[in-house]
Amino acid sequence: MPASQNLRAALLSVLLLSVLLLTWQIATDLPSGEAGGAPAAMTPEQLEYAKLMGKDPGAQKPSGFPTPAQMAETVVKHLSDPFYDNGPNDKGIAIQLAHSLARVALGFLCACALAIPLGFAIGMSPLLYKALDPFIQVLKPISPLAWMPLALYTIKDSTASGVFVIFICSVWPMLINTAFGVASVRREWLNVAATLEVRPLRRAFRVILPAAAPTILTGMRISMGIAWLVIVAAEMLVGGTGIGYFVWNEWNNLSLTNVIFAIVVIGVVGMLLDLMFARLQRWVTYVE
Amino acid sequence: MFKLPAVTEPTHDPYDADRPLRLGCACGQGHDAPAACAAPGVALAAPDDERAAREYVEAALVKALFPSDAVRRRFLRAVGSGTARAAIASVLPVTALQAMAQEKRPPEKRELKLGFIAITCASPLIMADPLGFYKREGLDVSLMKTAGWALIRDKMINREHDASHFLSPMPLAMSMGLGSNQVPMRVASIQNTNGQAITLHVKHKDRRDPKTWKGFRFAVPFEYSMHNFLLRYYLAEHGVNPDTEVQIRVTPPPEMVANLRAGNIDGFLGPDPFNQRAVFDEVGFIHILSKEIWDGHPCCAFGLSEDFIRQNPNTYAALFRAVLTASNMASQPRDRELIARVISPAQYLNQPETVVTQVLTGKFADGLGGVKTVPDRANFDPVPWQSMAVWMLTQMKRWGYVKGDVDYRRIAEQVFLLTDAKKHMAEVGIRPPEGAYRKFRVMGREFDPAKPDEYLKGFSLHRMA
Repeated sequence: MPASQNLRAALLSVLLLSVLLLTWQIATDLPSGEAGGAPAAMTPEQLEYAKLMGKDPGAQKPSGFPTPAQMAETVVKHLSDPFYDNGPNDKGIAIQLAHSLARVALGFLCACALAIPLGFAIGMSPLLYKALDPFIQVLKPISPLAWMPLALYTIKDSTASGVFVIFICSVWPMLINTAFGVASVRREWLNVAATLEVRPLRRAFRVILPAAAPTILTGMRISMGIAWLVIVAAEMLVGGTGIGYFVWNEWNNLSLTNVIFAIVVIGVVGMLLDLMFARLQRWVTYVE
Repeated sequence: MFKLPAVTEPTHDPYDADRPLRLGCACGQGHDAPAACAAPGVALAAPDDERAAREYVEAALVKALFPSDAVRRRFLRAVGSGTARAAIASVLPVTALQAMAQEKRPPEKRELKLGFIAITCASPLIMADPLGFYKREGLDVSLMKTAGWALIRDKMINREHDASHFLSPMPLAMSMGLGSNQVPMRVASIQNTNGQAITLHVKHKDRRDPKTWKGFRFAVPFEYSMHNFLLRYYLAEHGVNPDTEVQIRVTPPPEMVANLRAGNIDGFLGPDPFNQRAVFDEVGFIHILSKEIWDGHPCCAFGLSEDFIRQNPNTYAALFRAVLTASNMASQPRDRELIARVISPAQYLNQPETVVTQVLTGKFADGLGGVKTVPDRANFDPVPWQSMAVWMLTQMKRWGYVKGDVDYRRIAEQVFLLTDAKKHMAEVGIRPPEGAYRKFRVMGREFDPAKPDEYLKGFSLHRMA
């Protein structure tokens, strides 16, 4: 029964995709009719004008919404040479992704290093929880881009500022979830540990951590999602390298094909990152 | 420039009270300056070059201060050589003179990061890379495409970039501490003249009279830009108050066309290639070229911080020569198509070549169905006239960006390094022009740089207190 449901779901997905592509094809095919019609009755001036406007027969205008075929061509072009490097402003898609992923990893690890120990402390001490709560609530909803001017001014380095912005935006869900997970470890287990006279450090690592691990990982998963959202915005602002810069650079060129390609890449990579954490989560989940 | 003295032993130590200070040449023929030495083989071993040059300059200065050697010796014995050295250094620009004497010396810093915005204004700075002008000066330059002018400013302040493409009023504003901390920035040369335009959305084809533009939303690249000042000037001359009757917003140049297409703005006074790009994409038309407002106006500049110049005088000179060589090539019409080809690819402008060619050759589609030929649509005259700086300052004052009295000349002469530009122009074989305060006309109104305050009194629309 579930097998056949999976099959049907897959079929439905494929159907949806083909409907999408078909609509796209039809929608982008329409204006091509007018382009071919005119040249017969044009004066030399008109012809020259058309040429300067990039409309002479054979030349293709790079802007405008691409057809699925043009899109496929771009995808193949990018994927067939993902590692080229033409100086600091033009690199292959794999190199751009590597830059983004490295920044995300660095910012995310910094956030982990702060949020998990601090979350533990907050979760174990109701006093600390209450004292820090107002700060967390105020800092949590701030947009990543709002931090950027401040970061650039104080850190004085654009790459470090990008990492900082990822750090500051991905730290909160982890902090809150860790605190929550630690605070809601079942009383009975702690009581048992107390009866057995388990030392505090041992109690933290052998009782609380495994019990809170699923909640902590949920926090990390949310944080990773946010970090990946933030990196694109941050790189569009700071420039230089990364997938966000790629989008920005192609926006300058008004090349929608490349922008769409980047959107798809961002989506796929985001999904893979999320899947990775889903795996980890399954690994630490326990049945009571 | 003089040749270096061919000396070996403890060279000319002007602070040695026990030795006579003789600026004779080591060839031993008794003439005064080594420049006059014709003896063959009087060349110096390379590693000692720099020290020798430094010492020679210093010795020459001390010699000038104390023509009589007996007086010099008495003075040194009385105060001690350390004190004398400090006292002399405090009154004479010893370091600067030493740097000047060391022309064409190896640069202190070879690997440089230069910031630029992807617009044709930066042509000289960009083309110097693919055409190898930086390499020829022994520099290894990375051109960093930057997302907007605020970031150009911040990356220069943070020293992430060693030198940068600037809007020419930016170094003035930064040196005065307007819109940022006060950081002494310098304009080494002007990157380009003309080359901007007012582009309007195609739906405004029939509204060519600026008097009908009330309520329009315009974009300019930055507050401290020629674009902002020229647009304000143009509107005000047509009786439209740029502060109250239209909206002028700051938008990074690359985003102007996208905003015009989306109808977010009605037009922009922006840099090329985005005017031509708006035409190419059929979203806008060129209302006027900026040369119709002020023919020969400066736009962008090549600038560095004062600290960088002081710490790396040789690198500064080498960079200056590379950029001037490029400016010189760009200012001649015959190579424009080649330039368009080398600066269009993705790592530089990332634009269709035909768009860039139209901008640089001046044969372009205007977006209204006509083909125009304006050879000086964009030009690349590098001279940083100080009168241009004075004009920018008057406009900053006119529109309330700077309040109170402005010492026009002092700021202009501090920031616009005209003397250096002339010197390096001569080195790369361009004839430097005479004078420092050339007069010019903006929309028919003459600007006399000697009387900036009177010029300002002539405007009825302004925001001065």
